[in-house]
Amino acid sequence: MISKKIILGALLSAVMAVGATVGQAADKRTKVGFVYVGPIGDHGWSYQHNVGRLAVNNAFGDKVKTTYVESVPEGADAARVITKLARSGHKLIFTTSFGYMNPTLKVAKRFPKVKFEHATGFKRSKNLATYSARFYEGRHVAGLIAGKMTKSNVIGYVASFPIPEVIRGINATFLAARSVNPKVKIKIIWVSTWFDPGKEADAAKALIAQGADVIMQHTDSPAPLQQAQKNKVWAVGQASNMAAFGPKAQLTAIIDDWNAYYIQRTKAMLDGTWKSQDVWGGFKSGMVKMAPYNKAIPANVVAMAEKAKEGIFNGTVHPFTGPIKDQKGKIRVPAGKTADDGMLAGMNFYVEGIDATMPK
Amino acid sequence: MLRLELRGEMSQPMVYLSPIFAVILTFIAGIIMFTFLGVDPVKAIITFFITPLNSLDGLAELFVKATPLVLIAVGLSFGFQANIWNIGAEGQLTIGALAGGGVALLFFNVDTPFLMPAMLVSGVLGGMAWAAIPAILKTKCGTNEILTSLMLTYVGLLVLSYLIHGPWKDPDGQNFPESRLFHDAALIPIILDETRLHLGWIIALFGVAVAWVIMTRHMIGFQIRVIGLAPMAARFAGFKEKHIIWMTLMISGGAAGLAGTIEVSGPVGQIIPVISPGYGFTAIIVAFLGRLHPVGCLFAGLLMALTYLGGDNAQIEMNLPNAVTGVFQGMLLFFLLACDVLVRYRFRIGSLTKATGGANL
Repeated sequence: MISKKIILGALLSAVMAVGATVGQAADKRTKVGFVYVGPIGDHGWSYQHNVGRLAVNNAFGDKVKTTYVESVPEGADAARVITKLARSGHKLIFTTSFGYMNPTLKVAKRFPKVKFEHATGFKRSKNLATYSARFYEGRHVAGLIAGKMTKSNVIGYVASFPIPEVIRGINATFLAARSVNPKVKIKIIWVSTWFDPGKEADAAKALIAQGADVIMQHTDSPAPLQQAQKNKVWAVGQASNMAAFGPKAQLTAIIDDWNAYYIQRTKAMLDGTWKSQDVWGGFKSGMVKMAPYNKAIPANVVAMAEKAKEGIFNGTVHPFTGPIKDQKGKIRVPAGKTADDGMLAGMNFYVEGIDATMPK
Repeated sequence: MLRLELRGEMSQPMVYLSPIFAVILTFIAGIIMFTFLGVDPVKAIITFFITPLNSLDGLAELFVKATPLVLIAVGLSFGFQANIWNIGAEGQLTIGALAGGGVALLFFNVDTPFLMPAMLVSGVLGGMAWAAIPAILKTKCGTNEILTSLMLTYVGLLVLSYLIHGPWKDPDGQNFPESRLFHDAALIPIILDETRLHLGWIIALFGVAVAWVIMTRHMIGFQIRVIGLAPMAARFAGFKEKHIIWMTLMISGGAAGLAGTIEVSGPVGQIIPVISPGYGFTAIIVAFLGRLHPVGCLFAGLLMALTYLGGDNAQIEMNLPNAVTGVFQGMLLFFLLACDVLVRYRFRIGSLTKATGGANL
């Protein structure tokens, strides 16, 4: 009996000793944490955030240590992971999916000295900032190209959840495509997921079968693009340059570039100048970029796309310029006006001409 | 030729030791895997299985994560013992969460101590109602409950999706598909300050105790076991099979519904598009890992919860990929099945010989 106790005691103390040395290994670098909704290998949304994290590593070298946790479900688990990061000494934590909004807010309350940044949400507090990108600017350019390139006049759209950001993207695409091609139609399939290559591929296949010859997507995997490549139709990459997955199919891609923002915010945290804010960056701030255009796109279409991009950059072009009517014919943006950020942020209607009903 | 031969008599201690062997083998395989990955295996195992538990908060999180797993697994083990295969606990959890959470939304901002109990009861009834469909189909039409209960999971998820995209959407939520945040009276009480540990854990422990009493000390438990082991004998003894089908599906559905309500009124605090990251399915593993015994389910649930916490920790402390968590869970199940096979069978080299004692079942 005694010997058993001694062995157990020895084991326990050994474990504790090892645990303690593991604890001591902590260095003096300032820790910055990232929480991703998908795997870093999604080659879309989470992948790009991770590219941003690596940019922080490069920019600060020995001063900063970054950590990430991937595939964190948007539910009860999110708060645990964020708490764990805050508790283990991370001074700045980026939570990069909409579903982390309430968990981030809860944890931010408990750790007032830690700075938090939540992507795509609308709830802020003293130590919780929000940031997002004006992806719709990229959608405008992609929509113009799609409108010109489609032969069947059907654009297929693989959509995730009917939240304002996604609705805005669909509207921006459609308005741009219609402006250069009055016959164009858009077909939308909702897959109710951000990342599920199987479902995304099925949706793309169904859209192609329904006559779509340009596939756009608001989901994170390259699966729809791969389907487009297989079926010899066009596609627009999402979040990152996905050309490797469909070199012939990809017209261009709307790239989210978080590098500059992550570096700037990490620097602000180190300097002590970090403040809670709401940032919504587009072409101008470099948060949204277009991937190189497919060589098959005619020069005049490329020129048109570039002109639109420059216009948005200079502020002379706005993707949501009136008159814009909703499906019931009600004027939402009067002629000569542009949609303000408040309207864009809460957009919950399809524009006139989209022949679909929003999922309820 | 190598073949498997049924052992004459299973060693009773080995039946219960097999999960422990499985855990040990998982550790060993993990050490080998980490060595090949070029990671210090001792540090990795410690980061994965020990450091998550070295703080009060860590223990609280372990219990929070284990609560739904234990509750559902205990419920499922009743049916599994009677050969009633309810695979749809995930759907029953979802409908239970909607039934319980629906009460919270219906009485939004109503401050009464009766709200919480009403939610829990409603959650149980919701889970039961969803499990009643396979029960009716099985008893009336002889439909296979594995299929019906599994399919109903997807229907349940669509009901959830409909409600949060439509009638239950937060009016101030900028059109995002989630409900309002529950008010305080609809949140399950925290039992340990500064942590997320909530009353649900005590309910789960209570559930384990009640299940243990029913299983070992009550006629129902006896009937369930007899039906599972020897259906003919049970029929001969006059046990009503339909009663047992109903009873086990109501127990497992109710437990899953309760777990769902506890999730939405506890760590989540609102109804969101993904309430459970697959607890209803993981609980099936937990039930078998726990030998379909309530106390076994408790330990198995804690172990499974630990693999999730360890996965977070391994990512944060050692930059190991999230896939490691999946690999550990997979290995655990694989080794458990392997050990079970060896408890029941033995390897024999050579051609078929006469069975050495015992009956071939």
